[in-house]
This record gives sequence, structure tokens and C-alpha cells, in this order.
Amino acid sequence: MSYSYSLLARALLPEMMLVAGALLALTYDLILGRRHTLGERRSAALWIGATALVAALYDSVSIGVLGPVYGHTLRLDQLALATRVGVLGLALLTLGVAAGVKATRHPAEYVAIILFATTGFTLMAAAQHLLVAFVALELASLSLYVLAGFDKDRRESAEAALKYFLFGGMATAFLLFGFSLIYGATGELDLTRIALVLGHNKMTLLLALALVMVLVAFGFKAAAAPFHLWAPDAYEGAPTPSAALIASASKLAGFTLFLRLLWPGLGALAGDISTAGNTGGWLTLVALLAGASLLLGNLAALAQSNIRRLLAYSAIAHTGAMLLGVIAAQIAGAGPLFYYVATYGVATAGAFGVIAVLETNGGGQKITDLAGLSRRSPLLAGCLAVFILSLAGIPPLAGFFGKFAVFAAALKVGGVAGPAGWLTMLAIALSAVALYYYLVVLKQALVAAPAPANSGRIRVPAAAAFTLVVAAALIVVLGLFPSLLLNFFELRPV
Amino acid sequence: MNLLPYTIYFSFAGAVLSLVAGMRSAATARAVALLTTVACWGLTLYAACGFTPSSEMLTLVDVLWIPQLGIRYHLAADGISLTLVVLTGLAATAGVLFSWNIEERTGEFFAFYLALIGSVYGVFLSADAFLFFTFYEIAIVPKYFLIANWGSTSREYGAMKLALYSFAGSALVLAGLLWIYASGPAEGFGLGQLAQAAVTMGHREQLAIFALIFTGFAVLAGMFPFHTWAPTGHVAAPTGASMLLAGVVMKLGAYGCLRVAMPLIPAGLDFWQPVIAWLAVAGIIYAGLVALVQDNFKFVIGYSSVSHMGFVLLGLAAANPLAVAGAVLQMFSHGVIAGLLFAVVGRMVYERTHTRQLEVLRKMPLHRLMPFTAVVFVLAGLASMGMPGFSGFPAELTILIGTWQVSKVWALAAAVGVLIAAAFTLRVIQVSFFGQANSAALPSTPDHPLAPVTWPERTGAILLLAATLLIGLKPDLLHNWIGPSLQSPLMQAIWSGGAP
Repeated sequence: MSYSYSLLARALLPEMMLVAGALLALTYDLILGRRHTLGERRSAALWIGATALVAALYDSVSIGVLGPVYGHTLRLDQLALATRVGVLGLALLTLGVAAGVKATRHPAEYVAIILFATTGFTLMAAAQHLLVAFVALELASLSLYVLAGFDKDRRESAEAALKYFLFGGMATAFLLFGFSLIYGATGELDLTRIALVLGHNKMTLLLALALVMVLVAFGFKAAAAPFHLWAPDAYEGAPTPSAALIASASKLAGFTLFLRLLWPGLGALAGDISTAGNTGGWLTLVALLAGASLLLGNLAALAQSNIRRLLAYSAIAHTGAMLLGVIAAQIAGAGPLFYYVATYGVATAGAFGVIAVLETNGGGQKITDLAGLSRRSPLLAGCLAVFILSLAGIPPLAGFFGKFAVFAAALKVGGVAGPAGWLTMLAIALSAVALYYYLVVLKQALVAAPAPANSGRIRVPAAAAFTLVVAAALIVVLGLFPSLLLNFFELRPV
Repeated sequence: MNLLPYTIYFSFAGAVLSLVAGMRSAATARAVALLTTVACWGLTLYAACGFTPSSEMLTLVDVLWIPQLGIRYHLAADGISLTLVVLTGLAATAGVLFSWNIEERTGEFFAFYLALIGSVYGVFLSADAFLFFTFYEIAIVPKYFLIANWGSTSREYGAMKLALYSFAGSALVLAGLLWIYASGPAEGFGLGQLAQAAVTMGHREQLAIFALIFTGFAVLAGMFPFHTWAPTGHVAAPTGASMLLAGVVMKLGAYGCLRVAMPLIPAGLDFWQPVIAWLAVAGIIYAGLVALVQDNFKFVIGYSSVSHMGFVLLGLAAANPLAVAGAVLQMFSHGVIAGLLFAVVGRMVYERTHTRQLEVLRKMPLHRLMPFTAVVFVLAGLASMGMPGFSGFPAELTILIGTWQVSKVWALAAAVGVLIAAAFTLRVIQVSFFGQANSAALPSTPDHPLAPVTWPERTGAILLLAATLLIGLKPDLLHNWIGPSLQSPLMQAIWSGGAP
């Protein structure tokens, strides 16, 4: 065990880049911003932000896998590296989405806060210590609350931020309480030692309470039913790039953090769900959350007429499948889950990118506002089709293989007869339901004729067009060659 | 033979090309589509010329694709798949010819069309269950958009119903395949690997898995009572798409049953055989009776498709080499004949008279107004009834003989179905084309002159008629391919009923 500061500094290079980029964006805007128009200020901020993200990306890759850093405070393993790359890439995507919308009043602040949130995500990716994990999560969450309420001209944005903040704050309280109970029961804060201590102990009432607290918080953050209530409102009201970030990078970082917390940390308390009626553990809770999310997300999405709320409920449904991936990590490691969450993030952020361009061109949030998209902008329609079909799980797009890999692994946890098997079968059955609401969206975009009031061609800003095409290409390439991602991971239990 | 995979690549490339070309001019898109389909058909015929029938699957491509799950990009062909890719090439070419009049968003139409064709080729050539499934699902999306965009009568309903039925079916298949993969000691998704893994599973589990996979595929093959998507989907679809749907897409389901469900879990087939056979018979008779009373021309053909696909399922259920060979022959035959029938109804008649109501058509002396169409339809009708000399006859006869060896009752019941098919086909020929034959004094000609038959229609019709005649007169052409393929190690398991 080493407490080398130089190693720590090296490991945190990407975070430093991000913070430096955020500060630079703010300073530049403060000093030179007055002379420029809003549009110019925004593109300057976006360029600085993108440069910082690319620098951080480069650093993360060049640092590579370091193993434990500064005692066991951080852990830069394959999962951390992949997650860092993933969240940085998704944050870049978000900036691309931001390039497609009307400039907000404080563009530099907006970009800076996105970078701060991303710093939180990259820390979450590597946190191996309860306090670091908590601080990283809060850095990310607080930034996201601000991002959700950033559009001060719209009441819905404020509403979204407030709801998100209240629910999120509550979740934080639960999480902190859970962490404190874990600390109380084990006397340790870093996950490796917690695992050592728990290895000798049995489940106690205190630990059970801690698990419930932690999983409630997890449920809130990941928008798993029945803790999902904030998601539709936040997705609906938040500025589009913020919604994209909440739906993509934040999910990826969150799942990595909790995967690390649950399996290597609290693995001894997992319990056994390979057959029904076994001893309880957190697996049972995760399975319940997964089942509820799958059912509620897919069924509620059927009734939506607002595209953003539809994406929110689809996100809840996907959370259910991701939770299944958490269970399956027992057998297959983090690979399938990571693949699922990362490609889901790209597809959702891409879909929000299309919505962003559409809304700046006078469209509303109704699904019917997509009508005639293929004639108004073939590019947008094509990209939207790729994203939505990937969400629906149609091969050869990435969403299909994500589902396939997670289901295949989940079925190995106790076979078809066990609860994980039932959940998988439920998920497969509900994917047929899900196709309906995704096709409803695509029907408007590719089949329906444009509304007479809104039938002009859409001009897509170059940056946004580039981002969307890259995202769509990623979905196709990763779907055709899933090994590109899976090679990062070993196919063994976490 | 080794060029066969290019049918897949050409089709998908052609899809992209025609999308691009369609932005410039519709004529270029059409030309691209025709060139692509003809090139692919040429490849299949070229492969057929150099094909020596054997009991081995001939591997075309085999590379490791996703090592983590042991998934291989494995394309292979035998006589059965060759029969079906030749059919696909023919049906696709004819479908383009009969879609020549698509003027609205032509590029997109042919893009979806060719994407569908590419995935169909992919399914017929896949030897890895994952790959098979991938192509199988890719086919769903273009179908939806072809119908929803360019269809007619309640197209959005028909398209959605078809997409959801297909997807629900493939969800069942996915569940079954994953079940085998997860419970058995399978290293990958190769059909042989899965078959070995399935044998080690418990008997009850095998039965359940077989039910899942077979039902999933049979939905697309139009098995009673899951057939209801077929008539509505076919009627709503534009002509080219309904030719493909009835002609090759329904075959995907039947092919899945034969290639995946039956060899993987022969014990399951042994157990479920009576159920499948009775459902097949029910489909033959029920759909035939429904076709007998339809007053919409296209619905008659839609239900007749379901009825004829019942023979395929019956042949598969009989599970002896003779009946199964008949089933494959019937797949080919029905693909050609159904394509022809839909072409006449959807393109040649509807596009000119603008009605599909038999009551209205009855009042028009169509046999005099469009003699070529009338001749084509009568010949196609005869082929559909199973007249000797056309491909339907050897196919249905082989199936009936094969089934007779297993159960005389099924064979007799299905033979009743043949009579019903003759009845509804004769009725529809009579009503649609010769409605005014007796009272020629009072012809109610349509208020506008009927456009003459164009060269693409003529060519397409002649191609399809020639194919059904050729196979009808010389069924051995295909029998010689199919027969040896049924003796491959995987298929052997079917004949022994799962006993090692």
C-alpha cells in the first residue's frame, strides 16, 4: 500500500484538466466575453470545453490502468478506465447537443458546470472509498441540479430542477445514512477493507438497514421504479443538453459506482437469488427494483404523448435491464453491464440531440411534432431512427447486443427457474411491448406527412450534425463489433 | 458457391445506393434496385450451377465474431438454403419489376426493400444461431416502413400488427435460444453446439424450449392461430412488399422451424408433433374457408397464403424426409405463386381499376379489358390449386404422401384443404375476371380506359410463371438439392425423434 502523492497527481490528471478547462472557460468569458455576441461566446465556451474533455480523454487513456491509488482511495482498473472514457465521450456528445440549441444567457457557466459534473463522473468511476464516492456523487449531482434549472426563461426548467433537487437531496440523505451505518458496522470506509470485515460477519439488522438505505438512494439516482417520479418531469423541463447528460453520462458513472460498491464492497451481503426462497441480501432488493422498473417503465411509456416523457419512461425501463446487468455481473463481470449502459447513453444522448435541433426549429415536445421529419431533414430522421431502433433493441445496432449480453449472463444466474431467469424472461417479453412505443415515434418521423404549419426544411448546425452522425456511427459500429468494447473486460465475476 | 455471401452485401449496399440515388431521380433508384436484385439472383443461379448436392453444409465464411460469447460469423449453404436463396433472388427481382410504378419517395422505398432482401438472404445462409437471429430481426423494421409508408387499406394498423407479431415471435425465439445457451454447456451459438447442449437438458425443459422456439418462428410462418397478422399485413402492403412478405418472409418462419427449432430439439418435435400437425391442418382448412367468403380480392389471396403455408407446416410436422422435402418444395412453389397472385391483384388489377371489391370487379368484363392479366391470373390460379404441371402439384403431393405415412387422418384432412383451395380459387377467378361472361350485353366498363400492361409487369409475370412451370414439370431439379441435405447429421436427429 502506497500513499504516493505523485501517483495520485498522475491518476487525477483528467480531473485537473476538466477543472482547468472549466476555469478557463469562465475566465475567458469574463475578460473577453463582453466584446462578443452571445453566439460567439457560446462557441468559444464550447470549444474550450471540448478541448478540456479531449485532453482529459487523452490523459485517461495514456494513464491507463494503474490499480489502487493512494492507499485504496481510488482504484484505476479496467472498469474505471472504460467508465472515464465513456463519461468523457458522453460529455462531449452533450456539448455537441448544446451546439444545436438556442444559446442560453450564460454559455460559459453552462459549459463550466457540465465540466464540473463530468469531473464528478470521472471520480465516481474510480472511487474506492465511501467518502470519495460520496463527494464525487454530490459534485456530480449538485452540478446536474443547476444544469436542470439553467433555462431561467422557462418555468418548466425551474420546476424540473426543483423536483430533481428535492428528490436527489432526499436520496443523498439516505445514502449518507446508509454509509454511516456501514461505517458503524464495519469500522472501515474503504471498500476493500469493508469487504474483508464483512467476509467474517453475517448479515445483521444494522447491515440490512444500511443496504436498504443505500439501495433506496441508488434507486433514486438511477431512476428505478418506485423511486422514478422525478425522472419524467426532469427530462421534460430541463434544457435538452442537461437532460442528455442526466440520461447518459450520469447513468454510466452511477452504475459503475454502485457496481463497485455492491460487488467488491458489499459482495458478502449479496445473498443468493439463484433459486426462489433463499436467504435475503441486496440481490433480492435489486431484483425487485429491476422487475418494478421494467414493468412500470415499459407500460407507462405506452401512454405518453410527449417525446421527452416517453424517453424518460423508456429510461426507467432500461434501468430495469441495467439492474439485471448488476445481478449478472456476478457471473459475467462488468462487461455486459458497461456495454449496455454506455451504448444506451450514446443512443439517448443522440435522441435528445435530435430533439434539441427540432425544438430550436419551432417544434414542440409532442411526438406528433416529429411528423414529416424525414422530409424536413433526412439527416435528423436517419439519426433518430438509428437511436430509437437501438433503444428498441433491433440488431445490428448496439442496443440489441447490450440486451443480448445482459440477458445471456443473467440467465446463467440460477438458470431459467430462478428469479433472475424470470426477470430475464419478463424483460424479453416486455421488449416486444417496447417496440410499440418506439415505432410510434418513428412512425411520426419517417411515415407521417409534415404538419402544414411546420413543414420547412430544417437547417442543422454543423457541430450538431457532426455530433449526431458520430453518435449514430458509434451505435452501428459498436453494434456490429461489440468486441471492441467487451475486450476491455474479462468475462469473470467482479 | 463462395460468392453467395455477396448477395447479402450487395443487397445492403444497393439499399444505401438507392437511397442516395433516390434523392436525385426516381429512375436511377429503380435502376439501382433492379440491378442489385438481378445481380444477386444471378449470383444465386451461378452458385446453383456449380452446386453438387451433398449431405454436408458447405461453409462459405466462418470467422470468430464476438469471442466473449463464442459467436461466429458463420455462413453456410446446403440444398435447402440454396433452394430458398434462388427463390429470394427470383421473388426480389419480380418484386422490383412490379414496384416500377412507385413514384413517391422511390429511393427510400427501394432502400427498405433491398434491406429486407439482404436480411432475408442473411437468414437463409446463417449457420450460427445468433447470426440467424440477427438477420431475422433486421427484417422486421423494413417491413414495417414499407407497409406504413407505401401501403393502402389501414396501412398503419396492418404494419404495426405485423411488426409486433414478428417481434413477439422473435422474442420467444430469443428466450428459447438463450435458455439453451445459459443452461447447457454450450460454448457458443453454432447450431451444432446448441444442439449438443440441448440434448443434455431435462426432457421437460426441452419440451418447453421447443415450444418457445417453434412457436416464435411459426408466428412468421402464419401458423393458425397466430396467422392474423398475415392477411391484414399483406392486404395493407404495397404490391412489391406483399409479394416479398408472402413470397419469402413467411418462408423465414418456416425455415427457422426447420433449421433451428427442429434439429436443436428433436425430442420436442416428437412430443409436440400432433399439436403442430393439427394446428397446421386447422390453418389449411380454416384459412381456406375464410378465403371462400371474402369480398375483397386481396384478402382472398392473403388467406390463401395462410392456407398454403399450412401445408409447409404440416410437412414439417410429419417429420419424415419425404414430407419435409415436400415442405421445402412447397416453400419455393408458394413463394413463386403467391408472388404472382399478389402481383396480379395489387398491381395489374388494382392500379387500373382502383378497387379490390369483388362485387365491383364482377361488373367489369375484365377478361376482355385485360386479356394478358386474365391469362396470367388463371394460370397462377391453376398453379395455386395444385394442378399437375405447376410447382404446387409435386409439392403438395409429396407433403400428402409423406404425411400419409405418419397419420392417415392428417393427410385426409389436408386433402380436404386442397379441395377448398380449388373452390376459393375458382370462385375468385370466376368473379373477378369472368363476372360478366354470361351477360356480355351489359358490360359496365370503368369510366376511364385501363392503362396497358407495361413491360416490367410482363417480364415479371413471365419470369414467375416460367419458374412455377419449370419446377412443376421437373421437380427433380429441386428434389435433387433438397434430398441429400436432409441426411446431414443435424437433420438425422429429427428422423430418429431425438433418440441418439
